[in-house]
Amino acid sequence: MNTAVPYALVGVGLFALGFYALIVHAHLLRKILALNVMGSGVFLLLVALARRSGVALPDVVPQAMVITGIVVAISATALALTLMLRLAAASGRAELPDGRED
Amino acid sequence: MATLTLLQSAFDILLGAALLWLAWRALNCPDLFKAIVLFVAFGLLMALAWVRLEAPDVALAEAAIGAGLTGALLMAALARLRAMTPDEEDSAKRLPLRWLPLAALLLVATGLSYVVLTLPPEAAGLGAEVATHLNSSGVDNPVTAVLLNFRGYDTLLEMVVLLLALLGVWSLGGPPLRRKAAPGPVLDTLARLLAPLLILVAAYLLWVGGHAPGGAFQAGSVLAAAAVLLLLAGWRLPVALTALPLRLTLVAGPGIFVALAVGTLLLEGQLLQYPPAQAGVLILLLEAVATLSIGVTLAALFLGGHPQNDNNDQNNKEQR
Repeated sequence: MNTAVPYALVGVGLFALGFYALIVHAHLLRKILALNVMGSGVFLLLVALARRSGVALPDVVPQAMVITGIVVAISATALALTLMLRLAAASGRAELPDGRED
Repeated sequence: MATLTLLQSAFDILLGAALLWLAWRALNCPDLFKAIVLFVAFGLLMALAWVRLEAPDVALAEAAIGAGLTGALLMAALARLRAMTPDEEDSAKRLPLRWLPLAALLLVATGLSYVVLTLPPEAAGLGAEVATHLNSSGVDNPVTAVLLNFRGYDTLLEMVVLLLALLGVWSLGGPPLRRKAAPGPVLDTLARLLAPLLILVAAYLLWVGGHAPGGAFQAGSVLAAAAVLLLLAGWRLPVALTALPLRLTLVAGPGIFVALAVGTLLLEGQLLQYPPAQAGVLILLLEAVATLSIGVTLAALFLGGHPQNDNNDQNNKEQR
């Protein structure tokens, strides 16, 4: 039991919060932030569940995967931010059309 | 002992609640600048959570990359966005709660929580496997052993992802970030004092990664932090270095990885299967070159466009 389950649940919560924000916000910078929060949730879940190994030391393979994941996340974020800036330069706004008239 | 456990549980609960609250505020704060600051704070608390989960290597990577460099990237992008679209307000309109996505999300969260709670409390994992083979890996830090030996091809592909992201940014990006005003004396002095220190810390993290928390990614991101600080203080790469030397440094990391992969495939018969006697030296060499490439790639991602564009139209005004 120890700290694994509470942190795994926080990870689930972060994933859900990020997913909700990804859907409702139109501004692309917010969508990128939301994707990063979702990623943090997944990482937290992975590492927290790796503590169920039953021996004294936690499983290090998910930890190494999460380090890889953090680096991939920043690469994707940098590319997404550049795409957002290109869209803003081309269209004058950094938002996706909402689909609703308001 | 019981008091200590109680204190630790209280800390865990507080930290978990703070993480969720900061994430919610960062995602729903009307001001984008505040949202990014809150996101950086969220990243730092995530680093604390990694320490609590006994993952100090991940904590180092999160603090340097997840909080530090991602924050710098977001801030730079926001500054450019505001310069580009000065009249657009940052979607300050308060969003009403949207019930349909909220209901769907609650369903997803409940389902996931149910799965987490019903998982068997113990699972074997690969920890024992790693511990058995640690002796032949050439390093004493199990995370470094997994990253650079047992699952070296993951790291190889990760270096390629980093390079591909930079290629994408270079092909899309406009001119790189530049500042109009000269840096104030505080930033200038701070950059001069901190840059050598950060480079030293990067070298230490690289060296210590063999037997304690640290390693190429943490060292590379600290190196990138030094470069970002210098870039913010107005330093630019000398023109002579922006063409071939820069490109060679960027591909050196993935390049040496591929060379080693081919070499081990031919000599040992398996991809990235180092001979145990030389494994330690090979991993250190690999990590040293990878650190340099990761640091330069991350700094280039922060800069945006290819530095040559900058130098061409500025006529070396800012060279020092």
